[in-house]
Amino acid sequence: MAIAALAVGVPLWLVAVTSAKPQAEAITPNLDLPRHWQPGGNYEEAVSQGEMLRGFLNSLLVVVPSVALVLILGAGAAWVFARRKSKLVSAAYALCISGLLLPPAVITIVMELRQLGLAGTRPGMIAVYTGMYLSTSIFFMTGFIRAIPVELEEAARMDGATPLRIFRQIILPLLRPVIATATIMVMLYAWSDIFYAFFVLGGGEKATLPLNLYKVASAQLYLNNWHLVFAYVVVMSLPMVAIFLVAQRKIVSGITSGAVK
Amino acid sequence: MADTAIRTRTQKPAPAKGRGRKVGRLPRAAVHHPWWFALPAIAVFAAFFLVPNLLNFYYPFTNWSSYHPDIAFTGLDNFKTIADDGSLLRAIRTTLVYALLAAVFQNGFGLVLALLLEEDSRFNRFFRAVFFLPVLISALATGYVFQALLNQDGAVNGLLGTNIPWLGSTTWTLVLVTVIHGWKWMGLSMLIYLAGLKGIPGEMLEAAKCDGAGPWRTFWSVRWPMLAPALTFNVTTALIGSMNTFDIVQATTGGGPAASTEVFNIYMFRVFGQGLYAQASTMSLVLFLIVVALAIPLVFGLRRREQLL
Repeated sequence: MAIAALAVGVPLWLVAVTSAKPQAEAITPNLDLPRHWQPGGNYEEAVSQGEMLRGFLNSLLVVVPSVALVLILGAGAAWVFARRKSKLVSAAYALCISGLLLPPAVITIVMELRQLGLAGTRPGMIAVYTGMYLSTSIFFMTGFIRAIPVELEEAARMDGATPLRIFRQIILPLLRPVIATATIMVMLYAWSDIFYAFFVLGGGEKATLPLNLYKVASAQLYLNNWHLVFAYVVVMSLPMVAIFLVAQRKIVSGITSGAVK
Repeated sequence: MADTAIRTRTQKPAPAKGRGRKVGRLPRAAVHHPWWFALPAIAVFAAFFLVPNLLNFYYPFTNWSSYHPDIAFTGLDNFKTIADDGSLLRAIRTTLVYALLAAVFQNGFGLVLALLLEEDSRFNRFFRAVFFLPVLISALATGYVFQALLNQDGAVNGLLGTNIPWLGSTTWTLVLVTVIHGWKWMGLSMLIYLAGLKGIPGEMLEAAKCDGAGPWRTFWSVRWPMLAPALTFNVTTALIGSMNTFDIVQATTGGGPAASTEVFNIYMFRVFGQGLYAQASTMSLVLFLIVVALAIPLVFGLRRREQLL
């Protein structure tokens, strides 16, 4: 147990102390406490040099719409897939969750986005993330809706509720736990993604936080800026850690009920 | 959106006994769960996931690159190029080794942690959260942390007083990177194994105890078989997911030393950066085919195993 705790403790400790050290001390990363504390200075430098605020905003501008679309579109599709029974429905369902296993064809996505005029744009990035993570949300939500008794819907229908109303007032509220899980998972993936962001957005104006971190760390070779790299790591990770701490219970129950039924 | 569909429906309120009567000539399913709820998702998924994957069956056979204004059909040239310069076989081997080892480490660490932290106590709950932290830190960041730890003038050598080039071996660095991969994702595996352990009925464990089974015996005869669904999920996601790895490798080694850790996605990243789009696309197609060839038997095999146990 002690070894296991060290295995997580040591790397996290390294991040924490290095992000508070002045550059001269951080050149050779070690586990010593900073002789001279300057966390504020490092974060300030990361903000000004590493364009952290812009990166943060750019990340929000692609991650939030992607998550929203994945959830809304995914819930609608999952409802139909869970309730209707025909060969066509099963085929559409199988196709839609194929993204769980199949790797996205990132090179030809770029080609397609260029033809659509979406290359290097936020809508292009949002479309790619939505397409990629829809499978996850559809898979989790369909399983979840199948467990909701149809009688609930039938009762509402007898009262004259329209499908849209039933969906909004019965299905969506009941989906809350699985929505929490899907939100976290998609957010986590999209927030830390660099691979697809690199192909679709590239560097420049619209670069997200991970792309900025990559840039800062690539300069590491001649600038020796571990102190900035780790300041960046902390800022990038904190929102996810905060969300996790707030929604911990729901996430854990959602992940586990989806994975092992 | 399809407002009309709703309005016609509101004008004809559902019959007093919802069942049995049809509204208009539409079958019930079409009225109650109309397709247009699913169509936006299907459209986006098709446009930005399926179509690119289909295109990926065409561009590998062209000379598409930043040097050609027009795209021309060139047959198997790209396949020949990557086979001749050795990158095809190397990428296949590296990626498969990576996926296998990453799955072993991720599941091994995850299972051990789950068994250690099985009982619900304050202490255990705290440590579960601690071990989940790496999952929340981006893979790129994780990679940099371990670079700082394992660099020749990094923290580990400083601590041990050694001078080992941890990330400089053409054989062992790949293994080390998969350990880091396992480290990053062990929290998720742990969580799923914990859920599996929670699902084991208490009477079963008690019965085993009454029959005089020790902890080892209980594990192999009761816990392990009952963990089959969790294992299926964990192994599948770990194996398939790590075939798509990029960030950790890029941040720790960048594919080196001597291309010994160049997995598919690192290759695509590098070659795309050189403007050789069709060649990168060829590698992407090979990755696709290998994942399909691996995933289908894997999923079916593990499912069958679940039913046998």
